[in-house]
Amino acid sequence: MEINAFLKNFADILDDTDAALITQETVFRDLDEWNSLTALSLIAMADEEYSVKLTGDDIKSSDSLNDIFEIIKNKG
Amino acid sequence: MAVFSINDIVIKGISCCVPKNKERNIDLDILTKEEIQKFIDVTGVEERRIASKEICTSDLCCESAEKLIKDLNWQKDEIEILVFVSQTGDYILPVSAAILQDRLGLSTNCIAFDVPLGCSGYVYGMSIIAGMMKATGLKKGLLLAGDTISKIVSDKDKSTLPLFGDAGSATAFELNENTGNFLFDLGTDGSGYKTIIVPDGGSRNRINADSLEIKIIEEGISRNSCDLVLDGMDVFGFGISQGPKTVNKLLEKYAIDKEKIDYFIFHQANLMMNKMIAKKLKLPVEKVPYSLQHFGNTSSATIPLTIVSELKDKIENKSSNLLMCGFGVGLSWGTVFVENCKIEVLDLIEL
Repeated sequence: MEINAFLKNFADILDDTDAALITQETVFRDLDEWNSLTALSLIAMADEEYSVKLTGDDIKSSDSLNDIFEIIKNKG
Repeated sequence: MAVFSINDIVIKGISCCVPKNKERNIDLDILTKEEIQKFIDVTGVEERRIASKEICTSDLCCESAEKLIKDLNWQKDEIEILVFVSQTGDYILPVSAAILQDRLGLSTNCIAFDVPLGCSGYVYGMSIIAGMMKATGLKKGLLLAGDTISKIVSDKDKSTLPLFGDAGSATAFELNENTGNFLFDLGTDGSGYKTIIVPDGGSRNRINADSLEIKIIEEGISRNSCDLVLDGMDVFGFGISQGPKTVNKLLEKYAIDKEKIDYFIFHQANLMMNKMIAKKLKLPVEKVPYSLQHFGNTSSATIPLTIVSELKDKIENKSSNLLMCGFGVGLSWGTVFVENCKIEVLDLIEL
């Protein structure tokens, strides 16, 4: 699993956010577009792309996209 | 491993009743217009039917049952079992099934009890009624399933209010030797019991002075402890993994050819979740009907409601192969495959 591919997958679930804002350090919760529905898209993406089941706690306990990346990597 | 078959039982008819009163999500003031649009895009729910204060789930089911009994020309005293699947019964006790037995004028020899399951409840209910009829030789049975979840959601909770609608259903079963065959996969994962919960009012947390205090959980979400709590993220993760799993398990166990299934009727939870389940199972879109646009998530009534509102013209009294799958609160799930069923599908009733 590769971080750049993951960041690209994450950028793809967003509609109105400049992909340049999506980096390893991005605090996803601070993105204007982030809300509980985007969280569902993230869970769907983890399932589809990595066959990993992200929980609500996984997302709540994460700050940066790198945190999510690490969780998926460890579960995968 | 609860994968099993029950034969000699057939579904004779299905009837549904919804409240007349419509609520459109676009009119809600707990979300901004932008948020509502995004919500509709993701969940697929545009409008819902909401019961007035006077209408309970039992009323919607009673109405459905009366019409169904009449349409099938059944004699009421022939009905020997009534199962009411609901999480919104009339009282904490007694069971609403007893009240319904009396209201419907069924015989006092009739078995009647409640099953407080939700999203998986329709399939569970079918297995209970078919199993009891097969084991005991009872000839006619009624499954009444539905909920008025609107009564237990906070009107200040954007995570539940726009999703749920109210509906009741009635399904008629008959013992018919050498004809019907049901194949089931049922399961439970109680480790997720908090995912969908009403915390207070049961005996674990008796209703107390604090129960009705409204707490602000986050922006757009305020509720008291007798209101429904839904952890959308965990339900979503559960649905997209367990939905395909239970369907595949049943198909594999009985070597069912996916091609010969006419319709896959899923619990109507959330459009994105349902679409993902269908995609993972590689199902053709025309075989997967949706009713949630107009009715939202109606708990144990979603499967019969989807049949009545979306499939009436396509399957009524025609030999059809149907797969039905419900998953959610518990956490609990159930899938059933019914082969060559000829079902009388009544028009949707409004109350």
